[in-house]
Amino acid sequence: MNKLELMKTANEIRKGIVEAVHSAKSGHPGGSLSAADIFTYLYFEEMNVDPKDPKKEDRDRFVLSKGHTAPGLYSTLAHRGFFPVEDLKTLRHVGSYLQGHPDMKHIPGVDMSSGSLGQGISAAVGMALSAKLSKADYRVYTLLGDGEIQEGQVWEASMLAASRKLDNLVVIVDNNNLQIDGTIEEVNSPYPIDKKFEAFNFHVINIDGNDFDQIDAAFKEAKTVKGQPTAIIAKTIKGKGVSFMEDQVSWHGAAPNDEQFAVAMEDLKKAGEALCQM
Amino acid sequence: MSDVKKIATRESYGKALLELGKLHDDVVVLDADLACATKTGVFQKEFPERHIDCGIAESNMIGVAAGFAASGKVPFASSFAMFAAGRAFEQIRNSVGYPHLNVKIGATHAGISVGEDGATHQCNEDIALMRTIPGMVIINPSDGVEAEAAVRAAYEHVGPVYMRFGRFAIPVINDPEDYKFELGKGVVLREGKDVTIIASGLPVAACLEAAERLAEDGIDAKVVNIHTIKPLDEELIIASAKETGKVVTVEEHSVIGGLGSAVCDVLSENAPTKVMKIGVNDTFGESGPAAELIKKYGLDADSIYNKIKNFV
Repeated sequence: MNKLELMKTANEIRKGIVEAVHSAKSGHPGGSLSAADIFTYLYFEEMNVDPKDPKKEDRDRFVLSKGHTAPGLYSTLAHRGFFPVEDLKTLRHVGSYLQGHPDMKHIPGVDMSSGSLGQGISAAVGMALSAKLSKADYRVYTLLGDGEIQEGQVWEASMLAASRKLDNLVVIVDNNNLQIDGTIEEVNSPYPIDKKFEAFNFHVINIDGNDFDQIDAAFKEAKTVKGQPTAIIAKTIKGKGVSFMEDQVSWHGAAPNDEQFAVAMEDLKKAGEALCQM
Repeated sequence: MSDVKKIATRESYGKALLELGKLHDDVVVLDADLACATKTGVFQKEFPERHIDCGIAESNMIGVAAGFAASGKVPFASSFAMFAAGRAFEQIRNSVGYPHLNVKIGATHAGISVGEDGATHQCNEDIALMRTIPGMVIINPSDGVEAEAAVRAAYEHVGPVYMRFGRFAIPVINDPEDYKFELGKGVVLREGKDVTIIASGLPVAACLEAAERLAEDGIDAKVVNIHTIKPLDEELIIASAKETGKVVTVEEHSVIGGLGSAVCDVLSENAPTKVMKIGVNDTFGESGPAAELIKKYGLDADSIYNKIKNFV
């Protein structure tokens, strides 16, 4: 996909996020929207996946360690063809397979159940170790929140990943700077994030995580790294794409009402139209 | 009992893993800097590439095991019961139990028979914790023969399994030649009509001894070994309770949430029976030689005999 196509796809994925969360009347739009470009790049450009064969053995794996941004993952999987886009409206409804947090047992394309922060990266490390052991060449990607890295388990996993030289593992930190209780500095600052991963022997790449040129360059660079895992620290804007949600901590875990939903969809419609003019 | 062969079930864990490793390429063993103590060292020596020492980081080890299982391997994550079931409870619940991944947890050094290390390392709560996780299988073998069979059964079972092993060498009560392990099936070791002793793990041998002495006093005790605490052999427990009218449970675990509670859960709903629970009585352990602690905490044959004599 070229950059324009990726941008258009990401815009559609953002619409799906907003529709899903609005229908659920709960959920986490802020961190889903901030990571929408990364989700899009991973599933439409980077990863070897097949929606017709979601469990194929040589597929690349993705673990959404920041599991609460499931709407972002679900909208991406739906638009990639893993399940119908209209099912997004069943998010968090009783009886729906689209659980509030990713459920690998019931959702096509979900490689690991997650939601309890800090745990997904460990599973990703296990998958990467398994690939090495089997001499399989699939790669493993995991997306973490910047607040999530306050969890000690993240660093237990990172230590092992580097110690075992897992160059088939890419850790992405969605650095939108906000967590439920405020900015990440106010709550318990994990900065400097890049230096921490460097100290843990990762190859570290800092990017603007809402810029497809930089995302593309980072993932291409990660593929050239040998003997150590890569950490991509992606500076993003929480709520990206919806005017009133951008950089607002209140939209971490709240659903838009009908009025707000209309404004959000209008924002995204206009963004889509602008992209068509390009 | 001095002529009886004794072996710690953790030794059997290591031995069985080595055998499994030879038979199955998908067996992976994880440890958290305790390979010498959990006895997985023998596997590590033979299959270094399939043994991952995660260092002192049990929470991560369980997550890594989940990742291996999600990739088609059969990981055996090994640590002390305190740090596997205790420290990593939530990782087991959310990263293993909820997605029902094929992770096997080998928890050694369970119970007070850890001995000198004392209360911080004596886990009397692990069975209670593991019982609450939907789909978790819990095996608590009574001797080395059963422990080896349990490891093989755990491999064959698809889904999460928690195996509980001890540090202390205990008598071998099962015959290695003809022993058959059936997951979820209790074993009647001795028939009797006056009382049923339902035991699990380390004190099973002592229960057999206590039953012999009770017989000398004219009390005919049935002894049932429950090696699988979940799923529990409810049928056998209900039938035994109806048969003997009185039940005693014996375990090297807190009387809260373990075998005793599981048996009471079943009986209260199906066959209300007077039950005496023998175990660790809502208290922490302490330092001391294992044999002395077993006596002090009432899990030796003498104590079990005396308590049952008063109960019946």
